[in-house]
Amino acid sequence: MKILVPVKRVIDYNVKPRVKADGSGVDLDNVKMSMNPFDEIAVEEAIKQKEAGKAEEVVAVSIGPAKAQETLRTALAMGADRAILISTDETVEPLAVAKLLAKVVEEEAPQVVILGKQAIDDDSNQTGQMLGALLGWGQATFANTVEIDGDAATVAREIDGGLQTVKVNLPAIITVDLRLNEPRYATLPNIMKAKKKPMDTKSPDDYGVDITPRLKTLNVSEPPVRSAGIKVEDVDALVAKLKDMGVA
Amino acid sequence: MKTLVLVEHDNQSVKDATLAVVTAAAKLGEVHALVAGSGCDAVAQQAAKIAGVATVHVADDPAYANLLAENTAPLIADLMGSHDAFLAPATTTGKNIAPRVAALLDVMQISDILSVESANTFTRPIYAGNAIATVESADAKLVITVRGTAFDKAAAEGGSASLEAVSGAGDAGLSAFVSEEIAESERPELTSAKIIVSGGRALGSSEKFEEVITPLADKLGAGIGASRAAVDAGYVPNDYQVGQTGKIVAPEVYVAIGISGAIQHLAGMKDSKTIIAINKDEDAPIFQVADLGLVADLFDAVPELTGKL
Ligand SMILES: Cc1cc2nc3c(=O)[nH]c(=O)nc-3n(C[C@H](O)[C@H](O)[C@H](O)COP(=O)(O)OP(=O)(O)OC[C@H]3O[C@@H](n4cnc5c(N)ncnc54)[C@H](O)[C@@H]3O)c2cc1C
Ligand SMILES: Nc1ncnc2c1ncn2[C@@H]1O[C@H](COP(=O)(O)O)[C@@H](O)[C@H]1O
Repeated sequence: MKILVPVKRVIDYNVKPRVKADGSGVDLDNVKMSMNPFDEIAVEEAIKQKEAGKAEEVVAVSIGPAKAQETLRTALAMGADRAILISTDETVEPLAVAKLLAKVVEEEAPQVVILGKQAIDDDSNQTGQMLGALLGWGQATFANTVEIDGDAATVAREIDGGLQTVKVNLPAIITVDLRLNEPRYATLPNIMKAKKKPMDTKSPDDYGVDITPRLKTLNVSEPPVRSAGIKVEDVDALVAKLKDMGVA
Repeated sequence: MKTLVLVEHDNQSVKDATLAVVTAAAKLGEVHALVAGSGCDAVAQQAAKIAGVATVHVADDPAYANLLAENTAPLIADLMGSHDAFLAPATTTGKNIAPRVAALLDVMQISDILSVESANTFTRPIYAGNAIATVESADAKLVITVRGTAFDKAAAEGGSASLEAVSGAGDAGLSAFVSEEIAESERPELTSAKIIVSGGRALGSSEKFEEVITPLADKLGAGIGASRAAVDAGYVPNDYQVGQTGKIVAPEVYVAIGISGAIQHLAGMKDSKTIIAINKDEDAPIFQVADLGLVADLFDAVPELTGKL
């Protein structure tokens, strides 16, 4: 069985994004970029499944600029076997990403696609579910635990009220949440080895997918800023303030 | 414009998250609601009373009992033949279903909207709420999820919508519900609580969390939240997490205890009316957004505070 893992190159989660003065977007020049944190969890899960003998091959795929190669190399250094870069400098929305991934699925015929639940730049939380619809596959989103057994996967999902367990027939889509696992670090020898692992480069045109955006961003602005208030001396002062506010 | 609102429910009653979605939908046009469920008649009756809802479509079928996306999305996509916009709450239920509907309709979804600017223009947060994008849709139909804290709740009573039975293809045979562990609690739900007391990594254990945070929350009649670090460490269950990738809350008062204030946490609570922070590090970023800050060891300060309230 093969597992496909889509990984996105995004602003590093430790960086505080700055809105450009002209309102055209967020400034990404000279900003540290990394693999979307949820996608690290997805890669880790795929590798774990391979180590447990449930999968033979893990293929990482990224859609983005040439630099997304670095993100794919990270996936390879973690333990993915092969990578595919669909290279484009255009903005690709989740719907178009899902369409491209559907084409890759046609070619690669994986039994499971494991994605992040959300990219921390666009915060869309859409791609996996859209891919499920395009392929007509079942989906288990926001996974907290995954057990693959024969022709089905049993997945506990993080939902607003607690946990929900579903069983999806394979082939299936899984999107991962924070508690699924702790991604490993790539070791130096593995980073060296990853340089020799195969990476294919394609373009959206190779797949005949129209990636024209459907949404036009008219403006990007700073949210209203909250200013710091006051510090109180001690608990008594805090209690007094709370009483003033009518909270206590 | 004719809109279709996904009613969130547990086959017994309408969840609050639905009400803000109705308000957002009403800004676009006539509001229709969909109750998909199993034995969900009581829910349909309740939905019909929500102020501003004109028609409630009811799909009552065991296949919709747990709102599995594979079964529910095709039903919605069919109904979209006669509606112009589909709106769902940005809850785990809405986030699971809406993108599947969007892809079936070949529409790019607009996630987590904060405002309706015009019939095809909306604002939404990106980069953990560090930027607000204004986006215009070029699609023929709209598929939207709505941030509950950004819209007033429609009145739960006062409407008198007509009920209309609808049916879909039922079970797609792709997935099945196995079980659910839903925390039963007397406490207000996080997303509708007026006061929230949240604890972070500093609590150190589930015992200490219970011992320090719970009595204060009890005293204030508050909901209890947590940072990701506290959830990851197992002090509290996953549904307590507030933040970019957890729950978005905006209570009257949010008390952050032993939470540093990482951008991912701030993303989930910085629209709270009043923020109170207790942290022993005077430089903790949480103080940059707190209206009231107390620099103190929480293990001394919080029990003292609870005692004095
Ligand atoms: C993809 C991704 C998504 C994320 N999503 C979320 C999210 O949704 N929500 C979220 O919260 N985080 C999220 N995070 C994690 C976030 O980056 C921080 O790691 C997390 O919020 C830190 O939690 P914390 O403040 O409890 O812990 P820490 O940052 O460790 O802070 C602990 C604080 O407690 C204080 N302290 C210690 N001892 C005491 C004491 N005795 N008395 C008083 N104060 C004390 C310290 O001074 C410190 O400020 C996400 C991260 C990633 C990568
Ligand atoms: N450009 C991309 N390349 C590869 N994977 C992507 C891309 N965009 C989104 N994904 C995948 O889809 C998930 C959800 O992204 P989103 O729907 O944008 O929040 C991510 O965690 C990735 O696994």
